[in-house]
Amino acid sequence: MNVEFMLNGRKVSALIEADDSLYTVLRALGMYSVKCGCETTNCGLCTVHMDGKAVLSCSVPAARCAGHEITTLEGMQDEAKLLGSCLAGEGAEQCGFCAPGMMMNVFALAKENPHATDDEIDAFLAGNLCRCSGYVSQRRAVKKYLSIKAGEVCV
Amino acid sequence: MAKYKNYVLARSIEEAYELNQKKSSVIVAGNMWLRMCGMNKQTAVDLSLLGLDRIEKTQDGFVVGAMTTLRALETDTALNDAFGSVFARALAPIVGTQFRSTATVGGSVYSRFGFSDVSALLLALDAEVVLHQRGVVKLSEYQLEAWDRDIITHIRIPGGQRASVQSVRVSGTDIPTLVCAAAKSEKGIRIVLGARPARAVIAADGLKLVDAQNIHIIEEIAGRTAFGTNLRAGEAYRRRIAPVLMARAVKGCMECEAKEAAEDEC
Ligand SMILES: Cc1cc2nc3c(=O)[nH]c(=O)nc-3n(C[C@H](O)[C@H](O)[C@H](O)COP(=O)(O)OP(=O)(O)OC[C@H]3O[C@@H](n4cnc5c(N)ncnc54)[C@H](O)[C@@H]3O)c2cc1C
Repeated sequence: MNVEFMLNGRKVSALIEADDSLYTVLRALGMYSVKCGCETTNCGLCTVHMDGKAVLSCSVPAARCAGHEITTLEGMQDEAKLLGSCLAGEGAEQCGFCAPGMMMNVFALAKENPHATDDEIDAFLAGNLCRCSGYVSQRRAVKKYLSIKAGEVCV
Repeated sequence: MAKYKNYVLARSIEEAYELNQKKSSVIVAGNMWLRMCGMNKQTAVDLSLLGLDRIEKTQDGFVVGAMTTLRALETDTALNDAFGSVFARALAPIVGTQFRSTATVGGSVYSRFGFSDVSALLLALDAEVVLHQRGVVKLSEYQLEAWDRDIITHIRIPGGQRASVQSVRVSGTDIPTLVCAAAKSEKGIRIVLGARPARAVIAADGLKLVDAQNIHIIEEIAGRTAFGTNLRAGEAYRRRIAPVLMARAVKGCMECEAKEAAEDEC
C-alpha cells in the first residue's frame, strides 16, 4: 500500500507493507538519525515527533501516519546544533548512539515545559536509555540548553 | 514483530467490530504491546480515526475514550484536579513519556495484564467498561473474564473519590513488582492489589476509615490475598510488602482529602 505524509516539512509518498513500522519507512527514506535499539519500546532510540509529540517510531504503524506530520532530527538541524553543543560542552556524550532519540525528546520537553526542574527533566527523559556518558551530565546539558532557549544564559 | 497482510483504518466502530469478528483480525490501539507479539494476522484493525481519544467530564465523573493515551490521562488537568493528581502520579513510572504518548487506556484494560498500574487504579475507582456490543460492564467483572472480540469504546470513571497508588519496582521504569491502589468514596475505602503477579483484585471494599487505618486489619486483609512468584519477586516478598503499600495508599487518600479541604478553606 501507499502512504503519504509530511516528513520534515516535505510531502513524501512511500510504498509500505501492512505491518511496516514508521521506523522502517523512515530508514528507507534515508532518515539515518532514527535508530532501533531494544525492539521492546524501552530505549527511546527511535524517538521522532508525530504532529509535534515525541513517539517511538519502532511502534507506530506506518499505515497510521497517512496525513500526519513526522519530524526527525534531520528536520531540526538548528536546534540540534545548539543542544549538541550543550551536550558536548557538558561531556554528556561518548558514543553518541542514543543522542538523536534523546535530543528529539528534549525538544518535546522544551516545548511542553521550557522551565523544567531537575526532577522534571529526569522524569521526562526516563525513557531514553544511555549506557555510557551517564545521566547527570545529560541533565546538566539539558538544563543549559533550556536556559539558553529561555534567554537566561548567553551561548 | 506482529505480521499483518492488511491494515485497515476503520471509518466507524461498526466497521471495526465487523472486521474484528474474524479470528484472523486484531484490533490495533497503541500497538506497544502488540508489536512485541509474534502473531500472524490477516487484518489489523486500527481505531485511531474514530475519535475515541477524548476525556470528557460529565455530571457523574469522567468518560474516557478507549484510544486515550496514558500520557493524556497523566496530563489532563480536569481529571487530575478531580482525583488529586492520582493519574499523573500513578502513570508516570510507566516506561517513558514517548511510550505513554502512544499506549492507550483501552489497550491496557482489554489486555488485563497482571502488572498493570492502569487497571489497578481504575479498579480502585470502580470504573466501568463500555463495550460496543455488550454495553456497560463493571471493570471488576470485565477484569475476571477471558479475552473476547468485542471492542472497548470508553471507560467511565465515577467522580467524588480520592485515590492513591503505590508501587514497588526493581528499577525505575520496569513493570511493577507489586501495585496497591486505594480509593475513598462515600461507600468507604476500596483497596486493590495488582502485580501479585496475577491480575489485580479487590482486596477490600467498603472499609471504614478507622479499619483502613488499623495496621492489624490491613495485615489481615493482605493475609487473605493470594500472591505468587515470578522473576521479579517471590510470594513471600510480595506478602511482606503488601501491608506497607496498602497502609501508604490509604494514607495517600487521606492526605489528598486533607489537602483539598485546606485548599477549599483558602
Ligand atoms: C515494554 C512494556 C512495558 C510496560 N510497562 C507497563 C507498566 O509498568 N505499567 C502498566 O500499567 N503497563 C505497562 N505496559 C502496558 C502498557 O501500558 C499498555 O497496557 C499496553 O502497551 C497495551 O496498550 P496499547 O494501547 O499499546 O495496546 P495494543 O498493543 O495496541 O493492544 C493490546 C491488546 O488490546 C487489544 N485492544 C486494544 N484496544 C482495544 C479496544 N479498544 N477494544 C478491544 N481490544 C483492544 C488489542 O487487540 C491487543 O490484543 C507495558 C507495556 C510494554 C510493551
